[in-house]
Amino acid sequence: MAEFKQAPAGASAAEQAMTWVDNRFPATKMYKEHMSEYYAPKAQNFWYFFGSLALLVLVIQIVTGIFLVMHYKPDAALAFASVEYIMRDVPWGWLIRYMHSTGASAFFIVVYLHMWRGLIYGSYQKPRELIWIFGVAIFLCLMAEAFMGYLLPWGQMSFWGAQVIINLFAAIPFIGPDLALLIRGDYVVGDATLNRFFAFHVIAVPLVLIGLVVAHIIALHEVGSNNPDGVEIKEKKDPKTGIPLDGIPFHPYYTVHDLIGVGVFLMIFSAIVFFAPEMGGYFLEYNNFIPADALKTPAHIAPVWYFTPYYSMLRAVTDQMVNVFAVIVALGAVLAVLKGGLAGKWKVAVLVAALVVIALLKTFDAKFWGVVVMGVAVMVLFPLPWLDRSPVKSIRYRPGWNKWLYGIFVVNFLVLGYLGIKPPSDIGTLVSQIGTLFYFGFFLLMPWWSRIGTFKPVPERVTFHAH
Amino acid sequence: MTKRFLLGLFLALGLLCGAYAAGGGVTLDKFPAERVTNLPALQNGARLFVNYCLNCHSANYMRYNRMRDIGLSDEQIKNNLMFAAKKIGDPMTITLDPVQAKDFFGAAPPDLTVVARSRAGNGGSGADYLYTYMRTFYRDDSTITGWNNLTFPNAAMPHVLWELQGQQRAVFSTEKDAHDPSKSHAVFKGFEVATEGKLNSTEYSLPSADLVAFMQWMSEPHQGQRVRLGVFVLLFLAVFTVIAWRLNAAYWKDVK
Repeated sequence: MAEFKQAPAGASAAEQAMTWVDNRFPATKMYKEHMSEYYAPKAQNFWYFFGSLALLVLVIQIVTGIFLVMHYKPDAALAFASVEYIMRDVPWGWLIRYMHSTGASAFFIVVYLHMWRGLIYGSYQKPRELIWIFGVAIFLCLMAEAFMGYLLPWGQMSFWGAQVIINLFAAIPFIGPDLALLIRGDYVVGDATLNRFFAFHVIAVPLVLIGLVVAHIIALHEVGSNNPDGVEIKEKKDPKTGIPLDGIPFHPYYTVHDLIGVGVFLMIFSAIVFFAPEMGGYFLEYNNFIPADALKTPAHIAPVWYFTPYYSMLRAVTDQMVNVFAVIVALGAVLAVLKGGLAGKWKVAVLVAALVVIALLKTFDAKFWGVVVMGVAVMVLFPLPWLDRSPVKSIRYRPGWNKWLYGIFVVNFLVLGYLGIKPPSDIGTLVSQIGTLFYFGFFLLMPWWSRIGTFKPVPERVTFHAH
Repeated sequence: MTKRFLLGLFLALGLLCGAYAAGGGVTLDKFPAERVTNLPALQNGARLFVNYCLNCHSANYMRYNRMRDIGLSDEQIKNNLMFAAKKIGDPMTITLDPVQAKDFFGAAPPDLTVVARSRAGNGGSGADYLYTYMRTFYRDDSTITGWNNLTFPNAAMPHVLWELQGQQRAVFSTEKDAHDPSKSHAVFKGFEVATEGKLNSTEYSLPSADLVAFMQWMSEPHQGQRVRLGVFVLLFLAVFTVIAWRLNAAYWKDVK
């Protein structure tokens, strides 16, 4: 236990009170560590807004969510009507509901941009691996949260979207049908499903989400923020004070800086809430204004836009695609044996493993592999810190062609998202198959391509132009 | 260079999306959107709605007294618009049993509270869809009700406003499929008047527009307030952002 401190003689009542608190709870210490004496690099650009914006959206979702729960009824017979009750009879209910529905989409936009920032500036590299891993876990939680929340309005798209996604789990060999039954709580999506999704949406997942966000920020403040140059500012400290030369206190410098981001973000957010809350049918789907009806399947069922890149990858896995996977596994194994420089028994092991994988690929249904591909598409983000072997962090000092590669990666992701909204077509399936291979190639071949090319010299200090 | 190429790709994607959005079946007529903010039009729409729709269709999430927002007093609502309900705060329910309704029509008439929102995305807004739907009923002896609809083919609903519009017939011509000459299909050529109604075709567009205006308003009664408030919120945020921007500059001006 730290020693009890005494407030200096003649201290104000506030100072005395703070000393009293600090002797019992590290309030001032935490404030210094995380705000006034947390040194962030000077040169952070607009990409660094999206972390604080994600926190803002989380708060919006929790606060509006609390008020929605006061009026919402998680009962298949009442849910749809209770949402309309909120929209028309609860004072300001419409605003709270639109903020929540727009917030869901805004969360994904902000988080995708936040992840993109991490990707281009190598923010996941040593020593920030755990920040990245917590972040990917947050992304996974967010997907679960959004998926379960979408069932609650109990419209046609809520019902049938949930039906389609839960049925995917049924494709898993052996345990699939029982697993789907466990998720649904019934043989069809119904009241039991609605109730358990409600419990997960308002209690279980948000608890985990908030815990992970805290871990994400603690890990960040332990190692310090990255910057667009990928320079470690802690390596160049003022010899007298021990403060990084390129660092600046988070508060007040980045709190006022982030306020600009908050202002611009809230303008866009409010423009949607007040002038286009349905966002052309992407944030609130038109079909969801029809109450759920188990006897009427909509002509076209598509998940909400933020899931569609992954949904596209799922649909890309046809029998032909499984054959392509088998060929890729075989080629990879042959390459590893010929060029891998492995010892004799490891060569045998690689070949046996490849044969087993190919046998499994051909044993199970393509639908199952589609589910696997969709899951792995997110999971592949976890090992990113170890897949990237580049000697530099930031895209600024990577070989010029890397910019093209990252650019195509984004366009590819958007194209996959677009195709996931559309009904399936031959050309669409072909494009999404190529897109899926590119997506996985980008990550799984990263250990090789990230080392190739001429790297530019990384400066010793961050590039900062005074305002 | 890279940026320009990527921008080009984004634009191409945008065009592709646009082309996709433009596809669809019947071309929808443009609903005269200004009617939604016109109180007499909404009141006329309310009168048409309770007289012609609210017998088979319900509006379960809509309360009678919400119509105060379109300039009606409780007295006016009670005396002119409430036939079966007792209290002014009651929702617009109906007594028709949905199971029986299914027997009568082949499909239970859907609740109409938010129908204007659910019909969007078919090549126009939900109001465009309803406006076109209400004006494309035609006589068809092959259906049970004797009515058919161009916007929603084989709709179970008969034309409830026929006294106003009169009866029209659809003229189709049989044309060969452009891709497969062995097939042919009916192509709509236009409507011809079978019997005159109380109103001519120009006059009829007004009550149908008012009815749709009411349904559009009913689907989201706060839509006017939402837009009006939004203007002030954005003005506030614009001022906030400018202050935040200058405040930030003031803090950072000495950072070297």
